[in-house]
Amino acid sequence: MKKYQLGEFEEIVMLTVAVLYNQAYGVSIKKEIEVRLKRNVSVGALQTALKRLEDKGYLKSREGDTSEERAGRPKKYFLITALGKRAMQHTKSTRDDLWNAIPKVAWNSKMVIASL
Amino acid sequence: MKQRSQPPRLVVRFFRWFCHPALLDSIEGDLMELYYERVEEKGRHKANINFIMDVILLFRPGIIRPSEGYQKVNQYGMIKSYLKVGWRNLLRNKGYSIINIGGLSMGITVAILIGLWVHDELNFNKFHKNYDSIAKVYRNNTFSDYVGTNVFSITGLGTLLRSEYGEYFKQVAMVRGSEDRRVIQFGENRFTQRGYLMQSGGPAMLTLDMLHGTYQAFTDKNTILISASLADKLFGDEDPLNQVIQMDSKYDLNVVGVYRDLPKNTEFNDATYFAPLELYFGGNMDMNVWDNYNVFIYVQLQPGYTFEGVSEIIKDAMLPHVDERTAETNPELFLLPMSEWHLNSEFENGVQVTSSKMQSVWYFSIIGGFVLLLACINFMNLSTARSERRAKEVGIRKSIGSVRSQLVYQFFSESLMVALISFVVAIVWVQMLLPSFNTIADKHIVLPWGSVSFWGVGLGITFLTGILAGSYPALYLSSFNPVKVLKGTFKVGNFASAPRRVLVVLQFCISVILIVGTGIVYQQMMYGKDRPVGYTREGLISLRLGAYENRGDLETLRNELKATGMVSEIGEANYQVTSTLGWNDDFRWRDRDEDLSGLSFNTIYVTNGYAKTVGLEFVAGRDFSPDFSTDGQGMIINETAAKNLGVENPVGETIIWNRNGQGYPYTILGVVKDMVKGSPFAKTDPSMLFLSTRSLEYLYIRIHPEVSTHEALPLINKTFTALMPAVPFDYTFADDDYNLKFRSEERIGILAAIFSVLAIVISCLGLLGLASFTAAQRTKEIGIRKVLGASVSQIWGLLCKEFVFLVILACMIALPLGYVFMSSWLENYEYRTSISWYVFVISGVVALVITLVTVSFQAIKAGISNPVKSLRAD
Repeated sequence: MKKYQLGEFEEIVMLTVAVLYNQAYGVSIKKEIEVRLKRNVSVGALQTALKRLEDKGYLKSREGDTSEERAGRPKKYFLITALGKRAMQHTKSTRDDLWNAIPKVAWNSKMVIASL
Repeated sequence: MKQRSQPPRLVVRFFRWFCHPALLDSIEGDLMELYYERVEEKGRHKANINFIMDVILLFRPGIIRPSEGYQKVNQYGMIKSYLKVGWRNLLRNKGYSIINIGGLSMGITVAILIGLWVHDELNFNKFHKNYDSIAKVYRNNTFSDYVGTNVFSITGLGTLLRSEYGEYFKQVAMVRGSEDRRVIQFGENRFTQRGYLMQSGGPAMLTLDMLHGTYQAFTDKNTILISASLADKLFGDEDPLNQVIQMDSKYDLNVVGVYRDLPKNTEFNDATYFAPLELYFGGNMDMNVWDNYNVFIYVQLQPGYTFEGVSEIIKDAMLPHVDERTAETNPELFLLPMSEWHLNSEFENGVQVTSSKMQSVWYFSIIGGFVLLLACINFMNLSTARSERRAKEVGIRKSIGSVRSQLVYQFFSESLMVALISFVVAIVWVQMLLPSFNTIADKHIVLPWGSVSFWGVGLGITFLTGILAGSYPALYLSSFNPVKVLKGTFKVGNFASAPRRVLVVLQFCISVILIVGTGIVYQQMMYGKDRPVGYTREGLISLRLGAYENRGDLETLRNELKATGMVSEIGEANYQVTSTLGWNDDFRWRDRDEDLSGLSFNTIYVTNGYAKTVGLEFVAGRDFSPDFSTDGQGMIINETAAKNLGVENPVGETIIWNRNGQGYPYTILGVVKDMVKGSPFAKTDPSMLFLSTRSLEYLYIRIHPEVSTHEALPLINKTFTALMPAVPFDYTFADDDYNLKFRSEERIGILAAIFSVLAIVISCLGLLGLASFTAAQRTKEIGIRKVLGASVSQIWGLLCKEFVFLVILACMIALPLGYVFMSSWLENYEYRTSISWYVFVISGVVALVITLVTVSFQAIKAGISNPVKSLRAD
């Protein structure tokens, strides 16, 4: 299915935006991912992903308040659109389907393959 | 507030420089927030390094600003909106749209057709690769009272140019100086064909497109080149190369090459063969004759020489070789380049003049331009008339911030859209009409689909038309004052309708001039057709007999044919009765003193029975008769010849004809009425008929007046074929031959008629639109008038009055103009009709009636409408 395309990092960003509901903006998303997933996220990678998701219509943004910490620059808050939600659900359900389709024996066959 | 530490300024500036403007603020905010945090946590130094790393990692596609700018600065959106609105307008007013597009596409169709025709005329002969270096030798002879320009040359001159002046010419080729018709035979296939007798260098000069063989092989006098179409006719699927074909059952010629048929717009387009010139002189190789003007000389210049330069050099080449009498006229040679043959080869008193063909090119270009102009006027008229309907739109657009230039663009893009649609429709029409157009114009024009210049010019003209047609509405509509328009006090006053009236008058002027033109061309043609021609064309057939060897005994043929009961008489002549070939001078009186020098006569040899067969009408004296053995020293002259001779009663007088330095006496036996042999619109030529006892080239057969042609022809064919098996019975009717002379007039007549009809249709479409608009505009007025008791005819009169007035005005301008134009056109003809007043009356009445019919439709509709409906709205 080409309909909903969501890369791995994009999926993480989407999920994080959902987690942060209404408080998701550049820095908060970055921190959330770093805390939860214990991986480093560069501002560049994150912003590129956000822009791409917005272009795809999975996210929408609004200008938020500003503060002194941001040298007077406004925050850009992200929200998940209905389309974005469907894309996430689609990704999840395909994963679940795949998980469910794995036969029990598969987990034991590793040794069989190794012995071949 | 304490002074915070700041990230490196240079890096910040770099970031601001490359970042996409839409993302800049929020990302910079994020960066700053992180930076301050890091300064707190890890210190300034580390924060700086992190900041630099972040910025570097941000330098990636998606974040970097696009090079062409991130906002769309073009106006596609606006133009799209213009087109959308324009399209909706077209759909909403379907009637107007059809009138608009129909009229405009008609105009463009005519313009394209005429453009293609003019292009074809101007590119005549360009097929030949040596187009720029080929010329024909012409000669000016100065006589006592005029300078005569002639293209007929002598073989001596061609040979001289080749031998003495060879350094200037790459090729010199002589061609028989008149159309050559021969019977070409292969096995049982036998056809009378047109072609050219030409010297061997000719085909190379003309760069024939050879399909088989080469033109280099065309050197021997027993060789021939034939066209692909003739090869197909003669040989079918057989290989034509090296086959031997017979010409006139006399010469066996070896086919050494087959060339692709020449395109229609070339000088030699009718050539189905090129055979050696020697055949014309009976195989005689002596090409050094200095007193018989019977060839054309074609030359190809060596590179580096100009036509003018070489003309100057060869100017007097003939002088030392010709006899004294010719030398007195100072024959002066000059070269006429190939580019001028078709359109610029008419001379008057030794000076090149605008030829009638060039005039047609001009006439038709002008007509094409006018028809297109008519269509544009229509478009302008309808658009301005509709302006009031769109006034509100303009008002609202202006109120919400549209500037004038945008409105101008809007109307221009709408008119361009209509013009473009019309162009597409016109292309379809042209494609459909081209076959019939080609028939009328005698051309082989195809639509040049692949030609960039054609599309360039076509679209250019369409663009221009769109701009021209859209200019008035665009500039006028956009000038409306929005306050007035929206308040409802806006009125398109007299000022607005004045230009519209001028345009209608202009339109009808053009139409009326075209109607007058058509009428007079037709009148002139009928005048020429009704002219007494001095012989009877009906029931007369002629055919070419060809070489002497295949002609049988004339007397036997006559008796046998008469015995069928289908033929009343036959006779022969060396030239056709419908041609003006055969001229001679050097006559003098035997017993009288009057000087005859400088007089030349059309001299024809005929056999006994010719005068009766053709139907010459005697006004004095008698016909040749087999009963008088002395008739071989007799002659018959026509009235013009008698007049030129200047003798009251010429019958019985004797004239001496000097030929080859010897004088032969001929006694005038009879005088016949003038024969129209050349153009039916020119003066008749002075003719002399001499009796021949030998068989001659053309046979004339008079079908018995009491039998029908289709009954007679099979019987004649049977008898003829039995007696002369070598000659194909390829007869023509003298009537048809004569009618061919009207071809160019007929062509002009038909085209003029078509264009006038188109002009009128286009004008009427415009009128129809205007009338319906006027009626719609005055709905309320008409309603009130009807309530107050006006009758339908009064309403009709009210609406028609304006248009009738305009058309009468147009007639008053157009009729005198038409008279002036057509008088100058008639000047071209020596034998011309006088312009009669009724042509003008009819033209005026036609214009008026058409106007009334067109307008009445709308006027009556308005007149019978129910006033309640029109008044209810307020």
